[in-house]
Amino acid sequence: MSNHTSTPAPHVLPLRLYLGVGAALLFLTVVTVVISQIPLGGWNLVVALAIAFIKALLVVSFFMHLYYDHKLYFIIFSIGVLTLSVFIVLTMFDTLERGAVYDIKARPINPKAAMYDKPIFQSQGDTTKASGFAAPTDSGAANHDSAGQAKPSGH
Amino acid sequence: MSDATSGHGHPAHLQHHFSDSEQQASAAKLGMWLFLLTEMLLFGGLFVAYSIYRAWNPEMFYEAHKQLNMQLGMINTFVLISSSVTMALAIRSMQLNNKKVTVRFLIATLLFAAVFLIIKYFEYHHKFELGQLPGKYYTFTGLQGSNPHIFFSIYFMMTGLHGIHVIGGMGLIGWMLYRTTRNQFSPAYYTPLELTGLYWHLVDLIWIFLFPLLYLIG
Repeated sequence: MSNHTSTPAPHVLPLRLYLGVGAALLFLTVVTVVISQIPLGGWNLVVALAIAFIKALLVVSFFMHLYYDHKLYFIIFSIGVLTLSVFIVLTMFDTLERGAVYDIKARPINPKAAMYDKPIFQSQGDTTKASGFAAPTDSGAANHDSAGQAKPSGH
Repeated sequence: MSDATSGHGHPAHLQHHFSDSEQQASAAKLGMWLFLLTEMLLFGGLFVAYSIYRAWNPEMFYEAHKQLNMQLGMINTFVLISSSVTMALAIRSMQLNNKKVTVRFLIATLLFAAVFLIIKYFEYHHKFELGQLPGKYYTFTGLQGSNPHIFFSIYFMMTGLHGIHVIGGMGLIGWMLYRTTRNQFSPAYYTPLELTGLYWHLVDLIWIFLFPLLYLIG
């Protein structure tokens, strides 16, 4: 048993470290804005996310002290990142590749939903209802599949 | 030692069910990290929604994102990063028993948070005026292409939930400011301040991803 009154001296990081990390974060923000103005096609997203991950790593390591703290906190944080990655990656496999297996037909989730009652896209004329997801009319409510955009764009 | 003792031979802040201050502090930090884990997953659901709808409507996302004011988003990123620095320095000052400086840095953090929300208010106000609103409330006519309301649904849900977290963080920082002025913290005990810092940095972290994903679609 340790002494009850023992209070370990806090681990104080140098002031220059905090200011340096802050400056690096501001600099990386400028970098990501500048690069976003250069058209790189699909690489824009990759670069933006890469810079965001570097910034996140700086915040977590130094502002949140994970670099110095007990490993347990790092493990908990990693579980979050890992779970989130699985969540996103598996969902994207499904949503991007589903068209290769089935013929996807988009249709209203709930044809009686209030949002299909009124024309919400006035730019496309009064008769057009929810764009892409044309709601079934009263007469043809049974045939959902004939109405609506075929599948996500990009296919 | 400067910290008060409660008469039982241990510091006043130490709960009876912990064997020492170090154990109490690490237990509190463990709980905070578990909470931050749930926060990551809460926002994670919205990031998944973002990924799906952007994958389905890449052109619409590109066109709709031009409606956001990139300059204001960038300024808000600077503001939030600065607030994270001041928060970290507030805790550092407490570690060095420099309470006056802690108070100043906490006030600075609060001010940065307020500036962030004010800028966000102007952005929201502009979009309300134009009718660039989520779902069925979307009445803006200046965007061609299908389903632009989806982008604004996601924009408002993500930045709105983040904004609520900023407001909550301001409440916590204000409380920490009060407790610091009441002399309730010392280099031996500043756990609530440290946990508030962790929360505040996570709010900053989420914005670090929201900014490029919403404002900088290439």
